[in-house]
Formats: sequence, C-alpha cells, structure tokens
Amino acid sequence: MASGVLAFAESVGGKLKKSAFEMASAGRKLAEGLGGPFSMFVIGAGPGEAAATLGRHGVTKVLTASDPALERYSSDGYSLALAAAAAVADPAILLLASSAMGKDLGPALAARLGCGIITDAVDFSVTGGKLAARRPVYAGKVRALAEPASCPVVLSLRPNIFEPAAENGGTAEVVPVAVDLSGDRIRAVVTAIMAPEVRKVDLTEADIIVSGGRGMKGPEHFHLVEDLAAALGGEVGASRAVVDAGWRPHAEQVGQTGKTVSPKLYVACGISGAIQHLAGMSSAKCIVAVNKDPEAPIFKVADYGIVGDVFEVLPALAKAIREKKGA
Amino acid sequence: MKILTLLKRVPDTAAKIRVAGDGKRIDPAGVEFVINPYDEIALEQALRVKEAGGGHSVAVLCLGTKDATKEIRTALAMGADEGILLIDGAGERDAAASAAALAAALSEVKPDLILCGWKAVDTDDGAVPHLLAARLGLPCVTLVTKFVLDGTALTLHREVEGAEEVVSVKLPAVVSVQKGLAEPRYTSLKGIMMAKKKTIAEKPGAAAEPKVRILALEPPPERKAGRIVGTGPEAVPALVKALSEEQKLI
Ligand SMILES: Cc1cc2nc3c(=O)[nH]c(=O)nc-3n(C[C@H](O)[C@H](O)[C@H](O)COP(=O)(O)OP(=O)(O)OC[C@H]3O[C@@H](n4cnc5c(N)ncnc54)[C@H](O)[C@@H]3O)c2cc1C
Ligand SMILES: Nc1ncnc2c1ncn2[C@@H]1O[C@H](COP(=O)(O)O)[C@@H](O)[C@H]1O
Repeated sequence: MASGVLAFAESVGGKLKKSAFEMASAGRKLAEGLGGPFSMFVIGAGPGEAAATLGRHGVTKVLTASDPALERYSSDGYSLALAAAAAVADPAILLLASSAMGKDLGPALAARLGCGIITDAVDFSVTGGKLAARRPVYAGKVRALAEPASCPVVLSLRPNIFEPAAENGGTAEVVPVAVDLSGDRIRAVVTAIMAPEVRKVDLTEADIIVSGGRGMKGPEHFHLVEDLAAALGGEVGASRAVVDAGWRPHAEQVGQTGKTVSPKLYVACGISGAIQHLAGMSSAKCIVAVNKDPEAPIFKVADYGIVGDVFEVLPALAKAIREKKGA
Repeated sequence: MKILTLLKRVPDTAAKIRVAGDGKRIDPAGVEFVINPYDEIALEQALRVKEAGGGHSVAVLCLGTKDATKEIRTALAMGADEGILLIDGAGERDAAASAAALAAALSEVKPDLILCGWKAVDTDDGAVPHLLAARLGLPCVTLVTKFVLDGTALTLHREVEGAEEVVSVKLPAVVSVQKGLAEPRYTSLKGIMMAKKKTIAEKPGAAAEPKVRILALEPPPERKAGRIVGTGPEAVPALVKALSEEQKLI
C-alpha cells in the first residue's frame, strides 16, 4: 500500500538547487509524521554526485533516472520519469517545489497519475496519519486548509519558506529507475532555450528582491534599482505599472498577475503598494519600502520604511550596504 | 479550425474577501466578479488567431453559476462567437473535479486548440490545464508568453527559470497562457450590440468527486506593524543598522 513520501530534487546545470534541500527537510518531516519511508528522486546526468550530496544532508534513499531525452526539461519527459519513480517508491505523497519548473511539473504529474494536487503550500501538518496543508488563495487574502480525499496526492511547497536540510554526513542508497521515453511519448518538444547572458535566479526562488515602481520615473533610472540589488546580492523585480509601460520585462512583475515571491528581503522602491502588488510579496520575511508619500499603502506592510526620494535614498543605501559588507 | 477558450468567473482582484458563515467558502456579497485575468489573455490570443484569417471560430466555455452569463457575454462582446455555460451544482470542486466537468463537455465539442489561463486568481491552483489535457489525451504547454501558429504546428515560448524555452507541438493541444502574451482588448459598443445576437448554450456540469477537500478558509497571518526609520538619505544608516542587527540580512 502507498506510504511515505517521494520528493523531487530539482537541479540546474547538474547542480542541486536550494529548493532540493528544502524538500529534503520538509519531506523527511512529512514522512516521519506519516510513519512511512522517505526517498528523493533526481533526474539528469551525474545523479551519483547529487545522490551523495543528498546523502550528506540526511536523505537515505535516492532514486535516479538518466536518459538523453531528460537532458532538457519537458512536461511529458519529467512527469513520465517521476511517475516511473513513483511506481517504484509507491509513496502516499509526491513532494516538489512550486518553482518555475514545479508549477508545470506538479500538475503534469498529478494528471499522469490521475491523483489530487495541492499546490504552493506554505505550511503543513500531519495528524493521525493525515496530511493537512495551508495554502494562500484569493491572492493571499485568505488561506485554505486543504486535505487530500484520496491517495496518492501531489503536494508542491512554496520555495524559501521551509528550512533547508542541514549536513549530517550520511550516505544514500542509490536506486536507478528505468523510464520508457521511446516513440513520441514527449509530445511537446523543447527546441531551444533562450537564456540571457547572465543566468538569473527566478524571482519565486530569490532570497533578496529589489523592486522598482512608477516612482522610478522611467526605464533609464532603473540602474539605481539594479545597483541596489547588486549591492545586496539580489534580483530585480517590478510593479505591473512599469511592466505595462514597457520599462521592464514581464518576467520581473511581482503581484497577483505576476510572480508570487517569498524572499528574505523585499525592497519596494517607488511602489505605492496596490492590493494586487501586495498579493505577490506580502509573504516576504522582511519588507523595506522607500516612497516619498508617507501615506502610501506599502508602508502598512513594510517592516522598515524610509519616506524619501528614491533618487536620493537608493544610491545612499547601495553605498552604505557596500561599506557595511566591505567592513 | 475550432478554438476554445476556458473562462472562469473570479472576484475582481481589488475585491475585499470575507469568509462565509460555513467557514469554507467566501462570502460573495458585495464582491465584484470578472473574467479571470489570465483567461482574458487567452481569449485575446484566440481572437487574434481568428482575425488573422482562415475561417476559425472561437467558443468560450465556463463552469460556474448562472451569474457567469455576465462574463460570457463580455467574452462574446470581445469577439468570441459562442458561449457554453456548464451550470455547476452545489458539490465541492477541486481542480480535478473541475477538469472532469470541463473534459466531459469538451469531448463533445472536440476543439482543435484549447487556450486558457495558467491559473485562476481565486483558487490559485494552476492545475486545471494539465488535468484537463490528460483527460482529453492532449499535450499541454503551460505558462506561454509567445504564440505562433503555422497550419497545425504551434511554436510557443514559455517562461522557465531565468530563461525562455521554445516548445513545438502539434494540434490538437491545450495551451495555458502567462502575462505578457497579449494585452486583452476592451469591449466596444458595436461588440456589445453584436453579442446580444450570439447564443449561450447551457448544460449541467458533470458531477465529480473532489480529490482534495477544503477543511477551512482562514484569514492570513497578520504582519506585525513596521516602523518608519526616518526621512530621506539621512535615514539610511538607521535602516542598514536594522537590517544587519535586527534582521541579520547584511
Ligand atoms: C487585474 C489586475 C491585476 C493587477 N496585477 C498586478 C500585479 O501583478 N502587480 C502589480 O504590481 N500591480 C498589479 N496591478 C496594478 C495595481 O493595481 C497598481 O496599478 C500598480 O501596482 C501600481 O504600480 P506602482 O506602485 O509602480 O505605481 P503607482 O501606484 O503610480 O505608485 C507610484 C509610487 O511611487 C511614489 N513615488 C513617486 N515618485 C517618487 C520618488 N521620486 N521617490 C519615491 N517615491 C516616489 C508615489 O508616492 C507612489 O506611491 C493589477 C491591476 C489589475 C486591475
Ligand atoms: N470553472 C472553470 N470554468 C472554466 N475554466 C476554468 C474553470 N476552472 C479553471 N478553469 C481554467 O483553468 C485555468 C487554470 O485554473 P486553476 O487550475 O483552477 O488555477 C483557468 O485560468 C481557466 O482557464
């Protein structure tokens, strides 16, 4: 009978992502609650190394699949591989991160297995062997407490919420999984990847985000936002107003019709804090706002605010942070 | 070619949301409803394909209450040719149960292309497109930001981590859209007049058991009140101090 947890460890360029370690700790906790086994699944070339790394982080069993057809992500290829791993592990819960990839893979997997799915959960508990997960709905205006009505279930967790697993020096048993990817089983084929010169972290997984809004006055001033992000070691985000004005790319939009982000630090520069923007960032751990209007709604959710002109405050802040870090 | 777009009726993004007496649903009183913003983008894309010529038709399909007639009318005014409303019963619907009802209706309609939003901004599931595609035995490409149709071959761009993927797939297929694909048009007076002559077919939505149940809706955790550290660049040292000493962030 299905029991325990199988978690997917996401990697990029052959390297495990931070979310893989978050899934390692959350998955183990879930499996303990359920009283079942815990294993993880890695896809790609050189899974041995990834398995060793996961082993050092307390994972005792790692399922792996390698196939030339899995070199690039595809919904069909990866969901077939995960379904094959699920057939071996027979888990009650299939766990993955609600990352850029997970947002496609989770539903594709649930579709393939014909099972239920709970996406983008921020909290879970197991009582009497039963899972209940909390997830923001209505753009975070409400939280739903959801439970699976059938087994297995796919559960995706919002990145950056759960503590990553710590190193404890263990080793993992490695179990290769055979996946049949013959014929035209991969129907939607990735033919190219258009990557920027500097690979960016997706905002949903970024630790630090500095976002600019209409208060930046024009695209030519976004170098101030970029520079502050660089000083902090973070990524650049934007409000919809500036995305719609064509100042910044759509991929940078934070909010209800953009990215939902949970960074450790979110700095809003010249952003008023409309309800649709707050929907995307109010689960950030620390929010800083710089706005010249002391009545701006962004100050209602900000942990720290500076009332002032972005053109004066941003350069001073970037400089002070560099000095602090250099010290 | 028959194009179908899915359309969900959802609360306006600016609406205040209150939990209803049963603690499991939202209280619709005083809430303005709209077409799910991502579905509007999907419809816009469908209309552009139709307007590019080739004798395509665009239908919209909605699973909802009778009230959703208003959103379907809006879609017809934007330029869709016909509407189908699946009247939803009282039963609870998760993504799987919604996909089951939509699939049951679509197995009769047999569209060549199904366009929809990548997620509905009420339940925020982002799951129906794949679940529906699997039921119909179709490939599904999600989070699409660029769409090129050549005969029955689709070339799609989709957002992935820090990059863009180019995906090719053959029709029939399900395509879910992300913001950035197309800016939805406004309805024109002429469109609104024409919509009055278009038909909305009504059928019962097929019943299905949910695979996930909502136990309760709860208010989100409150953020504790923050503070204004100061005014202008003079406030920067205080902010840096707080970020490093209180938050340990730098
Ligand atoms: C269906 C729908 C979906 C939406 N989805 C999103 C979404 O996903 N994300 C999103 O962000 N919005 C979204 N919006 C739009 C949202 O309602 C707001 O219009 C938008 O967030 C405003 O962007 P802004 O804060 O940059 O601009 P504004 O509201 O114009 O605010 C600019 C701010 O900058 C300040 N300012 C001006 N000059 C300076 C200066 N020199 N120094 C410091 N401060 C200055 C002003 O005081 C003001 O507070 C959506 C709207 C709708 C209807
Ligand atoms: N009740 C519904 N009626 C019509 N389309 C729906 C319905 N529910 C979901 N969809 C479609 O599926 C997409 C994803 O929804 P969801 O998985 O619920 O976030 C939406 O953008 C709609 O296009």
